[in-house]
Amino acid sequence: MKKNVFAFLVVLMLGWAAYASFFVAPTENTMGVIQRIFYLHMPSAIVAFCAFLTTFVANLLYVFRRQNRWDWLAVSAAEVGLAYITVVLITGPIWAHPVWGIWWTWDARLTSTFVLWLLYVSYLLLRTLIEDPHRRALASAVYGIFAFLDVPLVHMSIRWWRTQHPQPVLMGGPGTGLDPQMKIVLLYSFIALLSLMIFLVRQRYELEALRGEADALRREAEAA
Amino acid sequence: MALLQTTATLFNKELRTELRSRELITTTIVFIVLVVVLFSFTFDPTSTESRRFGPGLLWLAFLFAASLMLQPCFLREQLNDTLSALRMASPDPFAIFLAKLAANTMFLLFTELLMLPVFAVLYNVPVWHVLPSLALVLFAGSVGICVAGTAVAAISAQARMRELLLPLLLLPLLTPVLIASTEATAALLADKPELRMDWVGFLAAFDLVFLTALWLFGEFLLEE
Repeated sequence: MKKNVFAFLVVLMLGWAAYASFFVAPTENTMGVIQRIFYLHMPSAIVAFCAFLTTFVANLLYVFRRQNRWDWLAVSAAEVGLAYITVVLITGPIWAHPVWGIWWTWDARLTSTFVLWLLYVSYLLLRTLIEDPHRRALASAVYGIFAFLDVPLVHMSIRWWRTQHPQPVLMGGPGTGLDPQMKIVLLYSFIALLSLMIFLVRQRYELEALRGEADALRREAEAA
Repeated sequence: MALLQTTATLFNKELRTELRSRELITTTIVFIVLVVVLFSFTFDPTSTESRRFGPGLLWLAFLFAASLMLQPCFLREQLNDTLSALRMASPDPFAIFLAKLAANTMFLLFTELLMLPVFAVLYNVPVWHVLPSLALVLFAGSVGICVAGTAVAAISAQARMRELLLPLLLLPLLTPVLIASTEATAALLADKPELRMDWVGFLAAFDLVFLTALWLFGEFLLEE
């Protein structure tokens, strides 16, 4: 029941955020309509980061507490985060093509997002290749920690190297900033996408917990 | 003190294993030569072009060579069932990592220094006048490769398809090392050679971050 109510709320919020980003937010002066993809692009990036942060914390907790639920949470959040980062990587070029005139450029933020995507693909790949659940949990937790520590280093190195992505529009210093209405729409989308992320991670967590139990039972039956 | 003593003993063991067969160093050298030769077909290897592409080519060759070279360091222990013995014999599991990573760094650095004149001759890039600075960059970069690489080798040794998995896990982690060492090397091989301390400092920071992470979390990878 609770789950269904939450799901309904998420759908409502997503619908409202979509409506607001198309009809409530004012059209941007120079870029025009295409700028509206920003309400999906940027919040998705932040939500993806929240998901990966969850994975990192869950990895740490697994390493120190050794409770299966932290492993389940880590993999659920990583998968959902990967889905969000994929959305970011797809919506980015759709925006960039009319605005920059190119689909992709090897700029700092684009490249580090891509590397981030690769790191978590590797993380999930590693999980599929270790049979023993305890070993899998521990090895992937340590790799997850390494991957997360690598993210700021990747970002810094590429940033020193080259950059073209628009400077942060929020809290980016003088000359930046958004129309107040745009800010509100951005906030709507952020909340909607964050709720969707939480919903998906919960669902995925339940699935992983069931899988873990089924796996344990199968092992027990095989051993007997 | 005990840590250093154990590390020294284990380091000796790694060295002796390698000196008996010399498998790692010979295959790595052949691999690097192969990459350097094959790369010459992908662009016109004149002096100016080599200066542009050379540093990246060199570091990519080292990176791929390292991902092959790091393969056996834990696999060998696992196949011979010597890992448990190692763990019982050493009071601090970090010593096992430290010894392996010191040995790997030494082998990698040795092959790199051997390959440098070959690269200089084949690609017509003078390296003698900047050799001490270049050695510093090679050292900082190789330590970074081997710190992350030794940890990842311990992870991938536990999985299926480990030979394939190691580069997949390692290469995205090493993006910052590739960028920093390529940039530092390019600055040294330019018309007016310059030692870019910012990049060397960045490499040192990478080494330190991952060494700390290995110290904190490495032992979990050696659990039964």
